[in-house]
Amino acid sequence: MKIVMAKPGLDGHDRGAKVIARSLRDGGHEVVYTGLRRTPEEISRIVMDEDANALGLSTLSGAHDVLVPRICELLRETGMGNVMVFLGGIIPDRDHESMFSSGVRAIFGPGSRTDEILSFLDEANSRVESGAPIGVGDEDGWRWN
Amino acid sequence: MALELIDQDSLLKSAADGNRRDLSRLLTYLEKGIKLNFPENTPPRKSSVMGITGPPGVGKSSLIGRIISYWNSRNQNVAVLAIDPSSPRSGGALLGDRVRMDSADSGELVYVRSLSTGGQPGGMSSSLISMIELLSYCGWENIVIETVGSGQSEIKIVAFADKIILVDGPDRGDIIQAEKAGIIELADIIVINKSDLPGAIKAAESIRSSLSFADGKKSPDVVLVSAQMNEGIDEMMELVQNCDSPDWREKIKIQERLISLWDSRLLSSPNLNRVINELQTGSISLDDALDDLAR
Repeated sequence: MKIVMAKPGLDGHDRGAKVIARSLRDGGHEVVYTGLRRTPEEISRIVMDEDANALGLSTLSGAHDVLVPRICELLRETGMGNVMVFLGGIIPDRDHESMFSSGVRAIFGPGSRTDEILSFLDEANSRVESGAPIGVGDEDGWRWN
Repeated sequence: MALELIDQDSLLKSAADGNRRDLSRLLTYLEKGIKLNFPENTPPRKSSVMGITGPPGVGKSSLIGRIISYWNSRNQNVAVLAIDPSSPRSGGALLGDRVRMDSADSGELVYVRSLSTGGQPGGMSSSLISMIELLSYCGWENIVIETVGSGQSEIKIVAFADKIILVDGPDRGDIIQAEKAGIIELADIIVINKSDLPGAIKAAESIRSSLSFADGKKSPDVVLVSAQMNEGIDEMMELVQNCDSPDWREKIKIQERLISLWDSRLLSSPNLNRVINELQTGSISLDDALDDLAR
């Protein structure tokens, strides 16, 4: 898969995002890393220009409840409803439901194993091959966790 | 993912009308080795293609960030193709050039696409040539290609770039590698980035002296810039645009294009795997194999 790894908003720590980016590369994926402090508009533009299949968002700042729905909405508005979105970082349990309902397919918090993320991507890939929806604009309720 | 171009003509039309989403899709098709048929009677659009090459870590991506701003501030658009290697073990790639290009993610006048060397079934060079054709068709006036590393592979940049910038940093000693690969003679201009660091002037001097060809041929200019401090960029761009590339370069360009197409045909031959197996068991010679594949 071609995956954009992005750090939205005011959040200066990207060790986690870089570790994930590296392990996805080792899992055979093509990963584009955006760097820190991207706006939702910039992120959706990068996904478009790179023609990515998936977008991984990493956020530790607590602003996920604003940024993530905005990014998902932008993807849908600009014809990228087929892109799959997954999320990592510090996302409190009480926010998981609202993240999933804005279009996120998986959430990986602290302690997640990189091989689990790779299995998630494998399953997403086989769903694409069988024609099952995984995109941020698709209605299907599939989620990883 | 559908590999066929179901509606190539309408995608092309929409991309040429400025739809970025469709331009991105078409570039993906080209990455996968699918050929595009441009409508006949297309008025030729000529973009200027600049190749940026040099050893890792000298600041090529940061410099391109400045080049994007240079053109955008003159109201000209620019498309960047940034090439990074893919891992030979996993086939995956980590494409991080965008991180250094602050100016890449906003505005209608810039398009940046990251490419890995592994994705192209017919070889990198031949799909790059098609990508440049497409970007040019879609009205991108300036195209910048960033290639990785130092070594023999850089000579391929001659196949698609009109102007070649070789970037180096202070006190790296890597220029010797470039000299070995021949790229130093092909460059239109040699840029020493990080001019704000000590040793930059000395590095420029030593490159200038190693460049004085014994046969009196004109050698490329060596300029000092700092992408970080935004110094020397305008001067560099003017120098690049006004320099005359040596006429023998055109010949090398055509030759490299031929080689790229040849490579691409060999690599996409349906008999490739069989021939490699036969070579492995020793039942045919390399010459036989080539004859077989070229048929």
